[in-house]
Amino acid sequence: MSLLPALPVLVPLSAAALSFAAWKRLAVQQAIGVAGTGGLLAAGVALLAKTAGGAVLVLPVGGWPARFGIALAADTLSAIMVLLAGLMGLAVAVYALADVDRPRKAFGFYPFLHLMLAGVAGSFVTADMFNMYVWFEVMLLGSFVLLALGGERDQMAGAMKYVTLNLIGSALFLSAAGVLYAVTKTLNMGEVSTRLALIAGHHPHLVLALGALFLTSFAIKAGLFPFTFWLPASYATPPVAVSAVFAGLLTKVGVYALLRTFTVVFPVMERNFRILLLLAGITMVLGVLGAVSRFEIRKILSFHIISQIGYMVAALGLSISPDPEIRRLALAGAVFYIAHHIVVKTNLFLVGGVIRRLTGSFDLKRTGGLAKSAPWLAVLFLIPALSLAGVPPLSGFWAKLMVIRAGLSAGEWLLVAAAIAAGLLTLISMVKIWNEAFWKPAPSPAPHPRPGRGTLLAMTAPIAVLALVTVLIGLWPQPLLDVAGRAADQLLDPAGWAKAVAGDLR
Amino acid sequence: MSSVILRTATRLLLPLLLVFSAFILLRGHNEPGGGFIGGLLSAGALSAYALAWGPAEARRVLRVDPRTLLGAGLLCVCAAAFAGIAAGREVLTGLWAPFEVPGLGKVSTVLLFDLGVHLGVVGATLSILFNLGED
Repeated sequence: MSLLPALPVLVPLSAAALSFAAWKRLAVQQAIGVAGTGGLLAAGVALLAKTAGGAVLVLPVGGWPARFGIALAADTLSAIMVLLAGLMGLAVAVYALADVDRPRKAFGFYPFLHLMLAGVAGSFVTADMFNMYVWFEVMLLGSFVLLALGGERDQMAGAMKYVTLNLIGSALFLSAAGVLYAVTKTLNMGEVSTRLALIAGHHPHLVLALGALFLTSFAIKAGLFPFTFWLPASYATPPVAVSAVFAGLLTKVGVYALLRTFTVVFPVMERNFRILLLLAGITMVLGVLGAVSRFEIRKILSFHIISQIGYMVAALGLSISPDPEIRRLALAGAVFYIAHHIVVKTNLFLVGGVIRRLTGSFDLKRTGGLAKSAPWLAVLFLIPALSLAGVPPLSGFWAKLMVIRAGLSAGEWLLVAAAIAAGLLTLISMVKIWNEAFWKPAPSPAPHPRPGRGTLLAMTAPIAVLALVTVLIGLWPQPLLDVAGRAADQLLDPAGWAKAVAGDLR
Repeated sequence: MSSVILRTATRLLLPLLLVFSAFILLRGHNEPGGGFIGGLLSAGALSAYALAWGPAEARRVLRVDPRTLLGAGLLCVCAAAFAGIAAGREVLTGLWAPFEVPGLGKVSTVLLFDLGVHLGVVGATLSILFNLGED
């Protein structure tokens, strides 16, 4: 039996253990930091290579068959997510070499980064509802320490909001898992899927309520309206490397859980999906309005995360359509959107960090002149910024196009209008950053001391690589479209997936 | 807090709860219990101690940095995971030692895994609580 589905968990866990063992030696921790996240990326690539053909890799942990033990399962969607988690982990690990200061590194930036990545990747490969809860907690634990790293006052305030709301989400998740077990007598997602389909025939309301419970807990993790306020409060306070990996990955774990649960695990639930569409529309507009009104780079970017979550969830909501063409387009659009967004969002935060290094501030009123003093950075900012706004030919254009086309075909005019308006406002707020940080002349006080060459290189290299990924997806979208389509096919075949995951148990 | 009652009580309760937590850890093999809940018990005992005597004193009683405990716990978990692979079986497959340890009975990599969870929970909970308490 292949070990492959366990690697996304084992690699970061081992890296975390080794980093803790090398507690006093920062150089060793940094080396493990880069090697461990690189290993996760490699595991993601290997998984994608194995699953891109449509296979579902299943690993019964400890050799226990499905009902008695926990199974790990990786399909194309899991593989894409693990790959992205590895890529973001690696980018941030390299960036942090120069950006995270010594005391914070000594406090455990790297080991807790690995721990958090283990939680993230574990959520992507698990095929057990309770086990997913455990990985959520591992992720929460690592992220809490990262968020509080350095322990400044506003950081603590943000961390408390983050933890409180996430604990409420976890409590809901745990209760939902408990009820699910009581109803289906199993936690293996595949078996749950087959049994819920039967139960839905007799007790539709029970299944609907259970679905709503899961939906709420995942919506909190994803930052969907009305559970959005914690996100800008907490993401804007920690070091940029931390914000960047949070922005890229954490809310997307919530979106992934929604995507996984409401395609292959739960039977189709019209009413819950209606709510999902409504919430997604509000989230899009509310998030972008928040962003337009801010003047602090990290706050603007945090509000955009919320807005973008709206697009992904909208795509999931559109997959309710009776027309199989639209369903496939919507789900493939959701996967494409997630992939595009993770890369772009992490990158924008990283660029924000460089802006602060060069000008001394995140506050747009105090920045300026970068187009002249750092033209390379201007290019590196424009690529993810325009992609976020959906300007062709960058990756965001295809992502938005797919979601909007699915919306048009499904006749959801209001949602489409909201999506287009949110896209326009995104462009406006990106232009605002461009004007204030790059275009306008530098403010009068003496320029901030320029960081050394090595520092700038370590900070810019990951940005350049991620920007390159964005451009490549934009100019050559077919490979990602194919893979996203295959992921959507798997999500649209609950019976096949359930059979693979639950083994020959019936 | 400098309540005499709390201080006396936590001092007496700490060793009791730690022993109980070890009992819960071992009991968890076949009955309700296990590393996670045992770890929470230990962490609870030590945080009650920290509440009464202050985090610095609790750190002194603990002797090791909580993050070291977390690291040791993760190492145990990884070792248990890789032991299964090394034996040519699935990840995390339980392997039993061919001999019995007096007082414990048969030991296995399952116990090692649970011990890892125990240490991990204690380490993680305390490193968060101590830091919050010291600010």
